Amino acid sequence: MSTTSTKPVAATDENKEGLSQGQIVRRRFLGNTAAVISLVVFALILLIAYSSSGMFGLPGWWKYTHNGVNDLVNGGRPTLQLFPLSLGEHPFGQDRLGRDTFAQTMRGVQISVAVMFLIGLVGGTIGVVVGALSGYFRGWIEAVLMRLTDVVIVIPLIIIAAVMGQVAGRAVGADVQPYFLGLFVGAVVWTGLARLVRAEFLSLREREFVDAARIAGASSARIIFKHILPNAVGVIIVSVTLSMSAAILLETSLSYIGMGVKAPDVSLGLLISQNQEAFQTRPWLFWWPGMFIVAICLCINFIGDGLRDAFDPRQKKFNAKRAKAAAVSAHSETGTTSTTGV
Amino acid sequence: MVTYIVRRLFTAVLILLGASFLVYQLTALSGDPLHDLRESNSPNKEQLIQQRIALLDLGTPAPIRYFGWLAGAAKCVVPFVGQCDLGYALNGQPVTEALGRAMGMTILLVTASAVLAIVIGVSLGIVTALRQYSGLDYGVTFMAFLFFSLPVFWVAVLLKEFGAIGFNNFLRDPHIPVSSILIIGVVSAAVWFVCAKGSYLRKLGSAGIGFLLAAAVMWGLSVTQWFKTPGLGLVVIVICGVAIAFGITLLAAGLKNRRALYAALITVGIGTVIYFPIQELLAQATGLMIFLLALATVLVGLAVGWLMGGYDRRQNMNAAAMTAFLVGGLILLDRYMQAWPAYFNNGRINGRPIATIGSETPNLQGDFWVHGLDTFTHLLLPTVALLLISLASYSRYARSSMLEIMNMDYIRTARAKGLNERTVVMRHAFRNALIPIATIVAFDIGALIGGAVITEQVFAFAGMGQLFVQALDRTDPNPVMGVFLITGVLALAFNLVADLVYSALDPRVRVKA
Repeated sequence: MSTTSTKPVAATDENKEGLSQGQIVRRRFLGNTAAVISLVVFALILLIAYSSSGMFGLPGWWKYTHNGVNDLVNGGRPTLQLFPLSLGEHPFGQDRLGRDTFAQTMRGVQISVAVMFLIGLVGGTIGVVVGALSGYFRGWIEAVLMRLTDVVIVIPLIIIAAVMGQVAGRAVGADVQPYFLGLFVGAVVWTGLARLVRAEFLSLREREFVDAARIAGASSARIIFKHILPNAVGVIIVSVTLSMSAAILLETSLSYIGMGVKAPDVSLGLLISQNQEAFQTRPWLFWWPGMFIVAICLCINFIGDGLRDAFDPRQKKFNAKRAKAAAVSAHSETGTTSTTGV
Repeated sequence: MVTYIVRRLFTAVLILLGASFLVYQLTALSGDPLHDLRESNSPNKEQLIQQRIALLDLGTPAPIRYFGWLAGAAKCVVPFVGQCDLGYALNGQPVTEALGRAMGMTILLVTASAVLAIVIGVSLGIVTALRQYSGLDYGVTFMAFLFFSLPVFWVAVLLKEFGAIGFNNFLRDPHIPVSSILIIGVVSAAVWFVCAKGSYLRKLGSAGIGFLLAAAVMWGLSVTQWFKTPGLGLVVIVICGVAIAFGITLLAAGLKNRRALYAALITVGIGTVIYFPIQELLAQATGLMIFLLALATVLVGLAVGWLMGGYDRRQNMNAAAMTAFLVGGLILLDRYMQAWPAYFNNGRINGRPIATIGSETPNLQGDFWVHGLDTFTHLLLPTVALLLISLASYSRYARSSMLEIMNMDYIRTARAKGLNERTVVMRHAFRNALIPIATIVAFDIGALIGGAVITEQVFAFAGMGQLFVQALDRTDPNPVMGVFLITGVLALAFNLVADLVYSALDPRVRVKA
């Protein structure tokens, strides 16, 4: 049961050792170098962003705030040095007014990531509920919910999000406005997940273990949450993860065209939109927020891809390297050229 | 089948009604259409406000106003009732007029990038699937993820800076320094190294070839001042044409099929022969003429393929027609390049050809070719931006689709019965891998027409996306509804098309009546 060996094992061993689904997934994910590196980088970005300028009213370790105006040091150029490593006064530089770009970027990361998680959470929840209900109950519930999904799908995503962002921007105060944006956008990006979950439920509800549970007298809620949902969790996690990378691009794009997060608050998209005119004179104002968007999005994509590979039961069949290694070891053990049964 | 389509269309209408009602209410909720007038200082402010209220019928509440709009919009589909009436924009312009122009612009913008993205993305995906877990596969996968993670507005600003401003500066004195030649050579060597197959030594060898080729070409371009007076010339066209003929034949029929190869080579010969005579004709070209010439080129290719005969004429015809089309494209490209100095030195251009915004140079004087170049230089950057971003997803889809097919039993059967690898890949695997991609393409085309909102905004391209964003900004419901109507109808239509295409291509999938 327990994992004693730390080296990655061949696919065939997973069956022999009798690992649980969770253990298999974890082990496969940790064997994926790109995904693990991405996870570490993403965690580091979050750590720096949230600790530097503080969160939930707690003070951070960085001396400047994102909207405080300071004296221009060194003409506003970045003071970050790699050899020897030193942050200097303003590691990412300053804008025309003397605001610290590091503090702005970190604040932007905080907001953008928070909105991204909100979109993932809200969209994921609605998508799972709608998909589960329509896939499990079928009949008129399915018809109504799926037509509703079609209505939401037919309106291009950016259009609905822009209208919602506009409404949210005028309805609530500036400091909670980004979170409202996240909620509203999350309320419209669940359609793809709902269809996926429905398809998954449609096939799972016909399986024997669901019949067994029903005969044993389990309620619909129990069958959905205890029996079917755990079997669909891989699809859900992967889809939500990948939708979050789309969410951060969506949020930054909306902020860029002025329909997302609005000044005085900052988001990575808004920072780029404010500073693109200054590309000739102060390129660092443009580079840093952009690099952070790309880095976050890239990390999440790799994590999602790693999760997909980890959850995909067919992965064994595709992995040529493992198959080759297994074949070679089998060959050396038995001394025959015939393929050994798994 | 007919019942199925009718039922789908009926649901589509219902969905459209519900969604349009929602969008109308949301737009009305999102702000005050009189905002700019209320803050204005003009003496006839009250009168202007009354005028706009009358124009947009602001007196009635939005839920009821929607039905007025719907009545107008319904005229578009019911024949013999009258003209389409989608209402007026804030500035008094009829929405149908603005929509027509914006749609033309958007189609201009997205067509090239969509076609290129599909062709390049699918080929990359197929190649990486065939060579899974190679250096090429990892490289392309990483690039795909990187492109996937790029915000389009960020890419756009970078492209403007380096692709337009930087390149225009370079064109002032098109001399490539030795250091740049070396860097380009090294990059080319790296690409060749990754793409090459086989032993380490062979990979190194091809890297060397790649370095020498790229460096030589760059040096040649620099020495001959090619960027000032670009052109291909007959020699380059013939060399490229022969290479194309071999390449196309290899893919379409296999080099063993001599008739196909000769058919392709003959079309290259025809292209060479008519290169000089056709210049006269091209000097007075129009769009229609180019289209007819392209058609004629393909027909000539087909005819040559047919005349070659053999047991499988279709292969000859395919190979010859594709070769003919590409060679014709080369001749066209050459003609455009001949017009380059005239465009470059035009008073409106003034030696800075690559544009950063807009879709055409205002008041540009010149012939067909100069205007063609003008459109090209304006579309170049937005097309590249859109291309980079949609390329990634196509290559991923194509890769996974191809991987799935290559693991099928019938591929093993095809190999087992002794077919060569080209036939297995091109005939048995590639065609089937295209089925899921075809449906994705159908979806995407529906979304693309209304989709390039951000790109249009960054490049100040007056398409559908910009029309929508600006109207929404002013709380101007009618243009918003107009854009939505078009995108919604297209999305639903292409959704249906995607399903039908799937069932047509894959007989295992049946649509349920």
